[in-house]
Amino acid sequence: MQLTLERLEHKVGAATHLYPLDLALQPGTVSVLLGATQAGKTTLMRLMAGLDVPSAGRVRVDGQDVTGQPVRQRNVAMVYQQFINYPSMTVADNIASPLKLRGGMDKAAIAQRVQALAEKLHIDPFLKRLPAELSGGQQQRVALARALAKDAPLMLLDEPLVNLDYKLREELRDELSALFAAGNSTVVYATTEPTEALLLGGWTAVMDGGELLQYGPTAEVFHRPVSIRVARAFSDPPMNLLAGGAPRLGLMLPAATPDTTIGLRASALRVAQRPGDIALPGVVELAEISGSDTFVHVATAAGELVAQLSGVHFFDLGAAITLYLDPAQAYVFGGDGLLKLAPTRHERT
Amino acid sequence: MARITLDLAHSYKPNPQRDSDYALTPLKMVFDDGGAYALLGPSGCGKTTMLNIISGLVQPSHGTVHFGGDDVTRQTPQARNIAQVFQFPVIYDTMTVAENLAFPLKNRGVATDRIKARVGQIAEMLEMSGQLNTRAAGLSADAKQKISLGRGLVREDVSAVLFDEPLTVIDPHLKWQLRRKLKQIHHELKLTLIYVTHDQVEALTFADQVVVMTRGKAVQVGSADALFERPAHRFVGHFIGSPGMNFLPAALLPGAPAGATTLGVRPEYVTLAADGAPGALPATVVQAQDVGTYWLITATLATPAAPGDTHTVRLRLNPEARAPRVGDAVRLGLLGAHTCFYAEDETLINIGVAA
Repeated sequence: MQLTLERLEHKVGAATHLYPLDLALQPGTVSVLLGATQAGKTTLMRLMAGLDVPSAGRVRVDGQDVTGQPVRQRNVAMVYQQFINYPSMTVADNIASPLKLRGGMDKAAIAQRVQALAEKLHIDPFLKRLPAELSGGQQQRVALARALAKDAPLMLLDEPLVNLDYKLREELRDELSALFAAGNSTVVYATTEPTEALLLGGWTAVMDGGELLQYGPTAEVFHRPVSIRVARAFSDPPMNLLAGGAPRLGLMLPAATPDTTIGLRASALRVAQRPGDIALPGVVELAEISGSDTFVHVATAAGELVAQLSGVHFFDLGAAITLYLDPAQAYVFGGDGLLKLAPTRHERT
Repeated sequence: MARITLDLAHSYKPNPQRDSDYALTPLKMVFDDGGAYALLGPSGCGKTTMLNIISGLVQPSHGTVHFGGDDVTRQTPQARNIAQVFQFPVIYDTMTVAENLAFPLKNRGVATDRIKARVGQIAEMLEMSGQLNTRAAGLSADAKQKISLGRGLVREDVSAVLFDEPLTVIDPHLKWQLRRKLKQIHHELKLTLIYVTHDQVEALTFADQVVVMTRGKAVQVGSADALFERPAHRFVGHFIGSPGMNFLPAALLPGAPAGATTLGVRPEYVTLAADGAPGALPATVVQAQDVGTYWLITATLATPAAPGDTHTVRLRLNPEARAPRVGDAVRLGLLGAHTCFYAEDETLINIGVAA
């Protein structure tokens, strides 16, 4: 299914919720809408679904203009942040509801499909229970199964995992990725988390303040953000940005003029020195430990920097530390905020 | 201030029969005076029940709670002299920041000049000195929660300060600053702090000792590196780290100690081995994800002895490494100094094997 948005715009009263944008969604794969809260992700999804009518612009499905068409006349499945299920129906009836509504399937076929979906999402032991008898993670699995039952060509998920704890999120994200990859639906998945976008893969649209900033294959957008705004939105911890920072870092970069901003990913900063490195001495402000990574906040002469180190590392608050940087790992942004130079990547074999 | 000792079990049901009837199965726990602890686990693991038993909001169905040498099992939260900070700000909107901070001290009849000094000290630690005379009503949610934290920390004579997911309402970009504040304050005030959270970053960053809980059990108490490098229970290996530890039948590889049924190795410690390397297993890459700061590779082991069993292994590779592609045949190095061996009951037997 090919969803195309042309000069799509949305205003509510005098407030612009979405600035005019063009977007041709990559068909048959997952596209991530990445941005902070209020970036316009939900507004855009509602326009895609037909829940709202845009102030201007066109929505096309396989070339056909569907701009004014309400959601019930479109074949769209949606999953929201909140676990939305029919409270008085069993899990099985919840999953079966879109199939019954559509008609054309006999009871046995419906039961079979419900069973298959429930098994895929590990909720088959609970088919006879009511949603309220399930944990949050299981309730969201029911909502996901119901959306998948529709087998709609367009599936929209608005931060579906945000209300689950992180281990459950990891598990469900893996399962969803596998389901998306196995199906033919065009999937749109909104999230505030850069890491989630990278794990989902596919394509990513970066949004900020009601604007679409960049759309492309996820890894490419991450490695070559077109602007400071994209780099900031698509990094966690945020990319270290040093306005006019090249001389302060002692960097000799041909692309660095006085009005440039240097961007350093937290993962580009190390505590082990290699030949050719720049040394950035400083003082530890805090070491945040996630288990797999330690994020060290360091006050340096060049400004405050965050370094991402693999594994668990302890640092006392106020301890002296030296960070090392390979100058080839630096991003350079021009005075207009646009990318001038990105680190060259190791080509894959 | 006192050492807190729990020797108890708790069930919300009247006649508990089996383990699943207990919110907390029988446990012994000691919280040392002046320590920073986190209770970490998924929802329903019993961490909030444990916190409520320490504070006195819940009385354990079995066993005792001691503060120092005193049995406080039947004492109210007030009598236990506990300060608490909750998920959402609990402050008086009509009072100024200073009045809010002073309130717990006034309640206890602390002398006026002493109150003033202490309020000044806490406000300075929280970087709120400039707002002391501002009414709380006009402040942001972040600032209000900072006042809540300050109210929890202002008394010097408390037995412990208990936190229940206190940074939930804080903007993600400000969280690290408050984590830093809490750590600094712990260094300066030397209060016993016990912190409940389901977020591993929160727990591992804040606490000297993290209590990892699942299904009513505390399965390990340890520092962040102990939980990462030496998970005492399979659940800890799984829960700490993203993604968590890989688990495989110990029999797949030589060198397992007696009684070991499962081998555990973190994605960080799986290596791509050369052909013919000892202890390496052949596998096929099924997914290669560029996660920006590293490659996440998923591979399935070829197990000729039992072709029906598929075992999936994930590994994290340096971004500068040449990552294999989907479909590539690789050899995975799974044995090394960091390989953990677990018994049938999921507890750790031994770590490390010569590769």
